[in-house]
Amino acid sequence: MKAFAQSTAASHRVLPGFRLSLSYTLIYLTVLLAIPLAACLAKVSSLTPSQFLAAAWTDRARAGYLLTFGVSFAAAAINVPLGLLLAWILVRYEFPFKRVLDSLIDLPFALPTAVAGLVYANLYVQNGWFGRFLVPLGIHGAYSRFAIVLVLTFIGLPFIVRTVQPVLETIDAEVEEAAASLGATRLQTFLRILLPSLVPALTTGFALTFARSLGEYGSVVFVSGNIMFKTEIAPVLIVNQLEEYHYAEATAIALVLLAGSFATLAVINSLERWSRRHGG
Amino acid sequence: MGAERPPVAPAGPQRRFRQDPLLLRVPLILVGVAAVALLIVVPVANVFYQALSHGVGTYWRNLVDDPDTRHAILLTLIVAPVSVALNVGFGIAAAWAVTRFQFRGRTFLVTLIDLPFAISPVVAGLMFVLLFGLQGYFGPWLRDHGIHIIFALPGLILATTFVTLPFVARELIPVMEAIGADEETAALSLGAGGWQIFWRVTLPNIKWGLLYGVILCNARAMGEFGAVYVVSGHIAGQTDTMPLRVQKLFDEYNNPGSFAVASILTSLALLTLLAKVSLERKTRREIAAAGAFVGPERPRNADSRETP
Repeated sequence: MKAFAQSTAASHRVLPGFRLSLSYTLIYLTVLLAIPLAACLAKVSSLTPSQFLAAAWTDRARAGYLLTFGVSFAAAAINVPLGLLLAWILVRYEFPFKRVLDSLIDLPFALPTAVAGLVYANLYVQNGWFGRFLVPLGIHGAYSRFAIVLVLTFIGLPFIVRTVQPVLETIDAEVEEAAASLGATRLQTFLRILLPSLVPALTTGFALTFARSLGEYGSVVFVSGNIMFKTEIAPVLIVNQLEEYHYAEATAIALVLLAGSFATLAVINSLERWSRRHGG
Repeated sequence: MGAERPPVAPAGPQRRFRQDPLLLRVPLILVGVAAVALLIVVPVANVFYQALSHGVGTYWRNLVDDPDTRHAILLTLIVAPVSVALNVGFGIAAAWAVTRFQFRGRTFLVTLIDLPFAISPVVAGLMFVLLFGLQGYFGPWLRDHGIHIIFALPGLILATTFVTLPFVARELIPVMEAIGADEETAALSLGAGGWQIFWRVTLPNIKWGLLYGVILCNARAMGEFGAVYVVSGHIAGQTDTMPLRVQKLFDEYNNPGSFAVASILTSLALLTLLAKVSLERKTRREIAAAGAFVGPERPRNADSRETP
């Protein structure tokens, strides 16, 4: 690490292209990121506080935020144990087609969300492949809140697995050996030794899934049915307002959603800094 | 990672400590495989089954005979590469600035690059409507000059570029950090110019990492829905990309047509996975071949945060 820091310090102002690359980066970020965000703030500041509340804090909007945060939380919570299990079997066990399974984990990331939504809606409706067994049991995996959680679980799965997997790979065998030789059972070793060292990765994975789910739109519109007060997520509310050309109202809702996402991002960053300090 | 295991540790007993009993192993594997099958494999199979359910002939006609679908495929093939190209330029510039120089606000800049991941695609689309829409801040000026951005191709490209902005940069920054600046500094001391260093030294070193970023960026660009949905205006045959076409056909109760377009997107996703796996294998082999020379090995899951 020290050598690396030195070589970077040495190259400081030695290599060419500092001005060009940095100014290009900054201009690009200004045009694509800063100006659009500023436009958002400017639009909202054209509203009076009471107008803002009337747009962004209606019963319908509150139901939307609650649903968005609730389903995102549920999907992330399902993904934590599931992702841990998958990372565990991929790192620790050998079984046929393991590499295929490993590659398939990334599919939700590569598959367009609209396709995910389309096929999930199709699988869980009454005459779908899963729906024909589940709907008679009263389980509605399409056009319900459960449907949203399902599709968000699909979308979030790679985040947790890919965050936990590398950490699990680097855990030192000697620690487990020591625990076992001191008389700990497998379960004790897992709960007391392994799990605590995985907690930072699991938390980061949780936050990443959660953050991704908060803004998800493409897959959810297909499976949710968009029933007012019931399955209408916040991004759908924004689109609805936009389609009626209520730009300021749409932006007000967007700002609440943005605040939620940025808070999550801030938590992720501080978690990473914390785990780097305590874990590394 | 293999190198970190103790070289000739007593493999037998150590193994036993880490090996779970068969009675635990088998159920865990079965649960994992079942979860992936239900969540991932069956849905993919269902896409192709639905697309082909009325025969190959209908499938082909659904794709080729519908001019709007044809146009949607074409439009995606324009929008995605342009967005990827823009983000490649940005990614290289950003990675060069961030990894080769120390300056104030460097960490902040890296955080900024990640920001689009934290912004809902719908909100991203909304921001561009606020700027360039008819009632937007630049709307009247654009209208007077006859420039169409929203509900037109430039808007689609802008929104897609925004959503995929972090991919290439995120991929390149750890790679360039790991490689270090020594070779470039050496080239400089031998009298090479800036662009010469870039083309002859940097680019060959980062080419696989760059390709990896391009593949991820392209997958997301082709599949982007929310941001594009907001800025497109859904004019069939004009501003519908493939994912938007999927939705429109679905809304028209044309399931076979919708699944036909979805099957192309799914095939592209599977191709992306294949390319990703072979690239990962390639980089791993290269790192192994280069041995310690390359320095800290590249994190296997550099994409893990995006991932997405």
